[in-house]
Amino acid sequence: MFFNEEFETLPREALEALQLKRLKAMVARVEKSVPFYKEALAKAGVTSDSIKSLADLQRLPFTYKQDMRDSYPYNLFAVPMEDIVRIHASSGTTGKPTVVGYTKKDIETWSELMARCFMAAGVHKGDIIHNSYGYGLFTGGLGAHYGAERLGASVIPMSGGNTKKQIMIMQDFGSTVLTCTPSYSLFMAEAAKEEGIDFRDLKLRVGIFGAEPWSEEMRRDIEGKLNLSAVDIYGLSEIMGPGVAIECCEAKKGLHVWEDHFIPEIINPETCEVLPEGQMGELVITTITKEGIPLIRYRTRDITSITYEPCVCGRTHARIARMSGRSDDMLIIRGVNVFPSQIEAILMGVEGVEPHYVLIVERKDNLDTLEVQVEVGENLFSDEIKHLQALSAKIEKQIKEMLGVTCRVRLVEPKSITRSEGKAKRVIDNRNKA
Amino acid sequence: MHVEQISIFIENKFGRLAEVTRILGDAGVNIRTLSLADTSDFGILRLIVNDTEKARTVLKERGFTVSKTEVVAVEIPDRPGGLADILQVLDADGINVEYMYAFVERCGENAVMIFRFDETQKAIATLTGKSFNVLPGERLYSM
Repeated sequence: MFFNEEFETLPREALEALQLKRLKAMVARVEKSVPFYKEALAKAGVTSDSIKSLADLQRLPFTYKQDMRDSYPYNLFAVPMEDIVRIHASSGTTGKPTVVGYTKKDIETWSELMARCFMAAGVHKGDIIHNSYGYGLFTGGLGAHYGAERLGASVIPMSGGNTKKQIMIMQDFGSTVLTCTPSYSLFMAEAAKEEGIDFRDLKLRVGIFGAEPWSEEMRRDIEGKLNLSAVDIYGLSEIMGPGVAIECCEAKKGLHVWEDHFIPEIINPETCEVLPEGQMGELVITTITKEGIPLIRYRTRDITSITYEPCVCGRTHARIARMSGRSDDMLIIRGVNVFPSQIEAILMGVEGVEPHYVLIVERKDNLDTLEVQVEVGENLFSDEIKHLQALSAKIEKQIKEMLGVTCRVRLVEPKSITRSEGKAKRVIDNRNKA
Repeated sequence: MHVEQISIFIENKFGRLAEVTRILGDAGVNIRTLSLADTSDFGILRLIVNDTEKARTVLKERGFTVSKTEVVAVEIPDRPGGLADILQVLDADGINVEYMYAFVERCGENAVMIFRFDETQKAIATLTGKSFNVLPGERLYSM
């Protein structure tokens, strides 16, 4: 089932012709309206007129997250503020978020693409969509919300948290579709079980889970415990928000990228060369229809591969594999982006803390847990337990306040954290080891 | 009149306590008394030894976090209510006990308790003012 059959099944030749036309138009727009791109394109020696084929995309400069931070808040916007109808933001390492703006047409495009995602996942008009993605600056909640309304389904704007109420609403309102992070879906199922409620007795039929990496094993676990069909959705606020790519319920084998709006490339993150189909590398996305903040070859840092093989569902759009990691050191913990440098900055702000720490990430009872190990040197040490416990609590509180992530601080002996000759190993991620 | 105590940060890991005591033993340091306060993650081992400086040096050489604290040793009549009496005196003067533990040996007819106070000098003045026998460090180190 398609939301926009014409575009979702456009023959590749036509799709690529459309991409080229839209790419040229986008580059022409930013040449004029975004000083950052005017400079970058001139430096690369590319003009919109010199783009003759899609292969010319490789001549265009990359855009990095740092470029967005340097442009904080509005310098990458390609339209005047009076044409911006919505602003979202993602967290940034320095505490300054990455700001994105949407025109009315951008919101319409986003809504359509999310509606396409819902249809691809097997959702239709008449469904009751229980939306537990967070509403606010984060794009998840409102992105899914507008898509659900565009589809014509009934949407329950739950946002995150308050799990008991979520379960009650799902029972009483007869929710048929659940949208949230995969780990939160399992958390809800466990919480319901404790209340004596079995998710298999609910009316849920489809789950659309994203905003954090998850595995095939976790899909099986979710599908078993929640009695629904679970699909993976991908997006990032810099590009749009959720709905950049989605698995179709027919194949559940790779996520279709809406290629009439985004051009995906896979590159070697070290050498920056474009990699052939099937090879793992960093996903780079060029937005070709966005008005508010168009991005040329945005480095997502997400590691995946791409395939153009026809899919059983009939969509002609390329598919990317589940995200298998990051090319930088960013961690995604319960849907929240966390860079070790952010935690380091907090630790170094605490008097007496040594610059030796390690972050240990595990998945326990289907929820990500973060343990921050901090070495206790003489400047930190007290012969009273309560002082040391107050210190741990203080660090935990600051991390929660600054990053929105709950963690456990564990004080360890000096030199117990392995020293490295080269780049310090700050992160031990045990989530995908099981 | 205070007593020197050393405190050592020890992770709750198998064999760590044994290691500390072995290091001290090999250095010829005699432990006079000790207390171990612990949480699920770590413990603080507090020791009164016959040679505080030597104990500190050898433990620090082996990478342990060690600190020195002033504590107070007080003789307490070894009878029911003996400890209660002293705590009452401290309470009346608004002195807070951070922690306390017993000395392993008796001193004549009396037991010996080790206290950590928030205000060490004031506590000593209060106790001696009420005729409690506060033991000097030298007495304990060589007991």
